[in-house]
Amino acid sequence: MSTPSSTPLKAGTQRLIPLNHALPWIIAAVFLLILPYIFDSRSALTIMNQMAITIVFALSYNMLLGQGGMLSFGHAVYMGLGGFFSMHVLNWMSDDPWISLPFLPIFGGLFGLMFAIMIGAFSTRRAGTVFAMISLGVGELVAAMSVIIVIFFGGEEGVSGDRTELLDFFGMSFGPQRQVYYLTAVWLLIAALGMYLYSRTPIGRIANAVRDNEERAEFLGYSQRHVRWISFCASGFFAGIAGALFAINFEILTEENLNLATSGSILLVTFLGGVGFFVGPIIGAIVFTLLQTVLSLYTEIWALYLGILFVSTVMFFPFGLTGLLAIHIQPWKLGKISHLVVPYAKMFIPAVVGVLSAAAVLEILFHARHAGLGEEEMNLYGITFDSHAAMPLIIAIVLAVASFFALVKLAPGLKAAWDEATHMGGAKQ
Amino acid sequence: MSLFIVNILDGFVTGLLLFMLCSGLTLIFSMMGVLNFAHASFYMLGAYFAYQISLLTGFWVGLIVAPVIVGVIGAFIERYGLRRVHKYGHVPELIFTFGLALLIEEIVQFFWGKSQMAYEAPEILDFAAFSIAGNTFPAYKVFMIFVALGIFLVLLYILTKTRVGMTIQAALSYPETVQNLGHNVPLVFMGVFGVGTAMAGLAGVIAGPVLGTFPGMAVLLGSIVFVTIVIGGLGSLWGALAASLIIGWLQTFAASYNVRMEDILTGLGFTKPEPIWDSAWQDLWTLTLPQIGPILPYLLMIIVLVVRPQGLFGKRET
Repeated sequence: MSTPSSTPLKAGTQRLIPLNHALPWIIAAVFLLILPYIFDSRSALTIMNQMAITIVFALSYNMLLGQGGMLSFGHAVYMGLGGFFSMHVLNWMSDDPWISLPFLPIFGGLFGLMFAIMIGAFSTRRAGTVFAMISLGVGELVAAMSVIIVIFFGGEEGVSGDRTELLDFFGMSFGPQRQVYYLTAVWLLIAALGMYLYSRTPIGRIANAVRDNEERAEFLGYSQRHVRWISFCASGFFAGIAGALFAINFEILTEENLNLATSGSILLVTFLGGVGFFVGPIIGAIVFTLLQTVLSLYTEIWALYLGILFVSTVMFFPFGLTGLLAIHIQPWKLGKISHLVVPYAKMFIPAVVGVLSAAAVLEILFHARHAGLGEEEMNLYGITFDSHAAMPLIIAIVLAVASFFALVKLAPGLKAAWDEATHMGGAKQ
Repeated sequence: MSLFIVNILDGFVTGLLLFMLCSGLTLIFSMMGVLNFAHASFYMLGAYFAYQISLLTGFWVGLIVAPVIVGVIGAFIERYGLRRVHKYGHVPELIFTFGLALLIEEIVQFFWGKSQMAYEAPEILDFAAFSIAGNTFPAYKVFMIFVALGIFLVLLYILTKTRVGMTIQAALSYPETVQNLGHNVPLVFMGVFGVGTAMAGLAGVIAGPVLGTFPGMAVLLGSIVFVTIVIGGLGSLWGALAASLIIGWLQTFAASYNVRMEDILTGLGFTKPEPIWDSAWQDLWTLTLPQIGPILPYLLMIIVLVVRPQGLFGKRET
């Protein structure tokens, strides 16, 4: 209503990409460029590569879940197939290469796209539960196929190859980890930018409309099925790229890249980060990879913690970590973020103690149940004690319960500060 | 012929077992519109609880107590978990139950570890009920058939002949109207969820000794259960029954008849390339029916969805 529909003169003056839109990308590029100089150990490079692959995969997953409203339990299929195909391309070309390694992800993407076109043809008819179930069935089907079609999937040992056998790319053979990092980082930027721009195109916008109200979109003249299909194909393409990057990094693909566990963990990553935001999956992938790497170093039951984290995210913060950050924008804009500092600081110690002592309860119970005979000593947070004795467990439980009550007691204070901080104007009575 | 009869019976057992899970899942789905991804996890919990109880008191107490505990846990999860997520919509609900499935698997591993439990059928049922031309049929499987059929008949009776059943059926289609008539619909939801999960638990109790009690048992059966209710038609109890039996038989027959692709291809006049491991068609030539048995349900699902998207007995497409 406010703007007249025909403004031909003004349309030309608007720049295609405003600077404030381009800025985050430039920062990200610079950040990716200098990152290996900050963390230069071999394991750090491996983790960063894995993060980058997970980010591409999670972003492609969010094209379905966040932008298209399609919950998939079989997205690993497109990544896995893209990866397997790239690995075969790599092996076919190793005798007589005519491309170099940085172009390999295109093959992976196209193969993922091809399968997405085929499977999307019948699976995108409906969103919601039916789509979820079909994706699950297709996922299980392809995963089960991997032991039958040995010539493509390599059976139980999978398919492996050597990434250095293609043509050199400006003198880079991609043997060293750092060169692979830059290859992955560049593809991460390309893929992320591609997916971001896709979400800004009319078809990306219509995908949102179909997600929110498919009937209304149909009445506007859009076929919900076609819109979903196109999103699905685009998502399959980028998942295939992620698969090719996986192939380049790890030089082996197995059934594990296709199965339900992988599909489930990418749902976990994306949801943890927040499905409603473009950066959600990026944050989710970074946090998840770090958590997984760090936790699995220190504890055997890291998967249990991740499970608890995931279920509580779904129950209490359905907008994920990014959503949790995003609700602070309003107090920030109102200039009242300082109102929250004191309540947060007050809650910090009970929260940390609570989490650590609850984890201690689990660790002690787990150790007492599963440690071998004669291995009664356990080490937790630098303290060594007998896990079968009652005292450590009692202390941990008392600490956990006490900090829980402290948090409950502090909650009204935070609530009041929150109301104050999100309320415009002076002090609220 | 005798092998055929044994397979019919074996497939019948598998099908009925599937149906015990599918019926609960279908009831929950048609009532709340949410597909309980963790349904097979309750089946696993049933087996583990029954194992733990059987260590103390023997099999028969576990048969009664374990499903009750599972049902109570299920009802609690509906009341304090699912109902909370319900306001965000169906997709978060599905994600919640998916997370729950992951969590339950981790919790089971936390308490019982990764290895298989020595949960066995009671000695009193450890004999061959009858044999057909040398193929014996264990008494425990006869017992499974009777338990599953008994549960099915009780369920049918409650749903169609009692007042509670009428309320449930009405609440399936018109929850608001039923609520306005003064029935406590949330309580009905909780009850159905509890009973559905208890049935899954019971299926676990009786299947644990045969199929094995290990942390992967939920995943192994879980996807088959979903495939089954999609084939039968989401929300259709009779569809679930038909699809369960079809899949039960499909899997049993595929596992026991060693039809080889090599014979079929030779019969059609193709010659087998030698040596076979150099041929591009090696996988086709070495294919056998038992090998593709596990993927048949998924193939069937895709065919059904392409030809008849609402499933065999489903009325609507959603």
